[in-house]
Amino acid sequence: MYLLLFCQQFLNGLQFGVMLFLMASGLTLIFGIMDLINLAHGSLFMVGAYLCATVFQQTGSFMLGLLVALPGTALVGIVVEIFTLRTLYARDHLDQVLATFGLILFFNELTKIIWGPRALFLDVPEALSGTIEIIPGAPYPTFRLAIIIVGIIVAIFLYFLITRTRLGMLIRASATNREIVGALGVNVKLLYTLIFGLGALLAGLAGAMAGPLFAVEVGMGEDILILTFVVIVIGGIGSIRGALVGAILVGLIDTLGRAFLPALFKLFLDPATADGVGASLDSMAIYILMALVLAWKPRGLLPAHE
Amino acid sequence: MNRFQPTLKACILMAALVFLIGLPPVASALEATFYIGLFSRILIYALAAVSLDLILGYGGMVSFGHAAFFGAGAYVVGIFAFHGIEGSAVISWPFVIMGTDNALISWAVAAAASAGLAFVIGAISLRTSGVYFIMITLAFAQMMYFFFTSLELYGGDDGLSLFTRNRLGHLDLSNDAAFYYTCLGLLIGFLLFTRRLVNSRFGMVIRGCKENERRMGALGFPTYRYKLICFVIAGAGAGLAGALMANQTEFVSPSLLHWTVSGDILVMVVLGGVGTIVGPVFGAIVLLLLEEFISRYTEHWMLFLGPILIFVVLFARRGLYGSFVERIGNNG
Amino acid sequence: MDKPILTAQGLTKAYGALKATDALSLEIQPGEIHAIIGPNGAGKTTAIGQLSGELTSDAGTIYFAGQDITRLPVHKRACLGLARSFQITSILLNFTAEDNVAMAVQARDGHSFRFWKSARTDRKLRVPARDVLKEVGLADRADVIAARLSHGEQRQLELAMALATRPVLLLLDEPMAGMGPASSRKMVDLLQTLKGRLTILMVEHDMDAVFTLADRITVLVYGRAIATDTPENIHIDPAVRQAYLGENG
Repeated sequence: MYLLLFCQQFLNGLQFGVMLFLMASGLTLIFGIMDLINLAHGSLFMVGAYLCATVFQQTGSFMLGLLVALPGTALVGIVVEIFTLRTLYARDHLDQVLATFGLILFFNELTKIIWGPRALFLDVPEALSGTIEIIPGAPYPTFRLAIIIVGIIVAIFLYFLITRTRLGMLIRASATNREIVGALGVNVKLLYTLIFGLGALLAGLAGAMAGPLFAVEVGMGEDILILTFVVIVIGGIGSIRGALVGAILVGLIDTLGRAFLPALFKLFLDPATADGVGASLDSMAIYILMALVLAWKPRGLLPAHE
Repeated sequence: MNRFQPTLKACILMAALVFLIGLPPVASALEATFYIGLFSRILIYALAAVSLDLILGYGGMVSFGHAAFFGAGAYVVGIFAFHGIEGSAVISWPFVIMGTDNALISWAVAAAASAGLAFVIGAISLRTSGVYFIMITLAFAQMMYFFFTSLELYGGDDGLSLFTRNRLGHLDLSNDAAFYYTCLGLLIGFLLFTRRLVNSRFGMVIRGCKENERRMGALGFPTYRYKLICFVIAGAGAGLAGALMANQTEFVSPSLLHWTVSGDILVMVVLGGVGTIVGPVFGAIVLLLLEEFISRYTEHWMLFLGPILIFVVLFARRGLYGSFVERIGNNG
Repeated sequence: MDKPILTAQGLTKAYGALKATDALSLEIQPGEIHAIIGPNGAGKTTAIGQLSGELTSDAGTIYFAGQDITRLPVHKRACLGLARSFQITSILLNFTAEDNVAMAVQARDGHSFRFWKSARTDRKLRVPARDVLKEVGLADRADVIAARLSHGEQRQLELAMALATRPVLLLLDEPMAGMGPASSRKMVDLLQTLKGRLTILMVEHDMDAVFTLADRITVLVYGRAIATDTPENIHIDPAVRQAYLGENG
């Protein structure tokens, strides 16, 4: 009984990890290569969610929603990059934090104006609304499984992109030494815009898939953004492998923690205290994990360099 | 720097002081007592902002989690008040501490608790720097937000009402003017303390660390230790501000620890002028007045704040006060 | 022969497969000026990094003033009397020259957990600072913001800061770096005045300066010390000539 529950929660943890990976991979590249801390990455997640949700609700087709949300979010990201972020590359981190904080405020308010303050609730798309018994006796929602599969595909895609293509080589070179790449005649501006666009696309994908699972509302971006930061800190800045490891770790610990910590505490403490302590600790579990990782490795588990 | 400028600075400060001291009687006379409450709130945020400037402007530590200390201080006061009304103990082990509405006790504990929290968070966060530090402080503040949300006994998400303000000796803080002057007094006290601090030996080490930490280490300073203590002092300041906030609104909720509050305080510091001691006060005044007045015309004032903030960062980086008066940094 | 003030034995630091320092051993006698020379990439900067504590050695030990400092962090070594100047000037640019030196004086004057009294007007800090500035020839530039000093003056300031901590051993990483002939001569004269009062270990490329100042020279090639001797003997040592001086014609 508990084993089946554990398996389901384990898969949920993987699925959550996938969403975090989509966010973290883009963000960690942007940190590592452009040395830009971008708080508005969560806004891209939100934009993806809203675009997909709107199209899905209007047309009934989730696929169409994705087809609009992905390039749409990438486009929004690129526009923001060209008009606001370019000036920030040369600035110090405080300036970047403040300016991108300003972007969040602006986007959140704009979203409220366009879509209204109330949350959108979506149904899981028809085609994926069933369950699959990948573990006998434990039916698992197809939609969540689809997300995990998308995550695996993206991870493989990124692997090939980074290690086998010319763009990937430029990305790796820039992560190690920005200036030289420019000196070699590469259009660095274009490269940065492409990288940012890729990050935005991935964030939009994560947001679009999150629609049927969470409420689509203003502020959803920031909640996942902070978790993404935790993933990157644990995994190491600039490293996609780190982002993958961090994301899976955080996804699993957060999900399993919320599912089992209260029950675990009930074994040792009386029910009332267990509930209280469990409720506090389960949301704090990943931050405690982050603290532990930092105590051991201040630069994260798999930093890109040094 | 020409000789005119120190006089300009003195004039601006005198004018601000006169304005702030004269506000309550003038507001009462004009039947606009609403402003006393508004400015109490401004003074409280100013205190939090000045404490952040200590680590940001002088220590070079970009913390995006200052709301954690602000909110923790507020909650201490709320929790003490809660138990005070019930007549129960806040904690029973290792020794009994009873609830109370005595400001001298709960405000002191608020500052101490925030200082303790800052010690723990700082001890871990200061092992990192740069982008990591910003993200980690943000994450820990978020953790504290979730922590307070999970405290069902103290209202959880809905928050906790204090039904009356604290007693401060013989002062009746439910009198808005008395409370206002208490906030003003504490703010001025903290400003004077900060001014002495940044020019003391300790302050020099902190400023040196911001300038060139490698060099400071090579001279023999254990920089981590100094930065941590600075972080703790700033946390205590924010905790005191939080205690005042709990009294101002007679209500505490986890929203005080929300990351946007950290952002707001940071904006106040930059708007006023990083590393100027007094600048953040002006930043708080401007930001909160802007919010007050723009939101009378539209509920979407954030739509304007965002671009304003971006504009300030790109073009008016030294802030309002910082642009008028040479940054105190090395000459004050 | 007194006991050496600094003994490094078997110092190794590898970056992947590349050994920057390879079982390097050094002995510095008190009161001497000891120079480390070697071709680029010989491991001189790495050696300084290991001695000052910025780099953790993979192997080897370092004894300083009778203590094993191998595992001590940078600031603790500084407190024991090991001062350092950097190859790329590392000062407090937004402070005045006097502020910079006063900071160094403060570092040696007990702990700095003093929160009230102004440090700017503290005579216990400013007077010694001014004295050191006079010693290095920057007395009339005391109130100039460090960023506005000339390159040579900044190098002098760097040295002043190191001196102000009243060190037992001074590690100088290319003190003449980036200086024209006039400034270099001033620096050499300055270092000459320190001879005997302090022990100095310096890494330098400027051969004139090295042969003028050094009591002994260690030649580093591929991370190993291939010879340690007086300047005259180093000059005629065939192994050295071949490995280093010979390469330069």
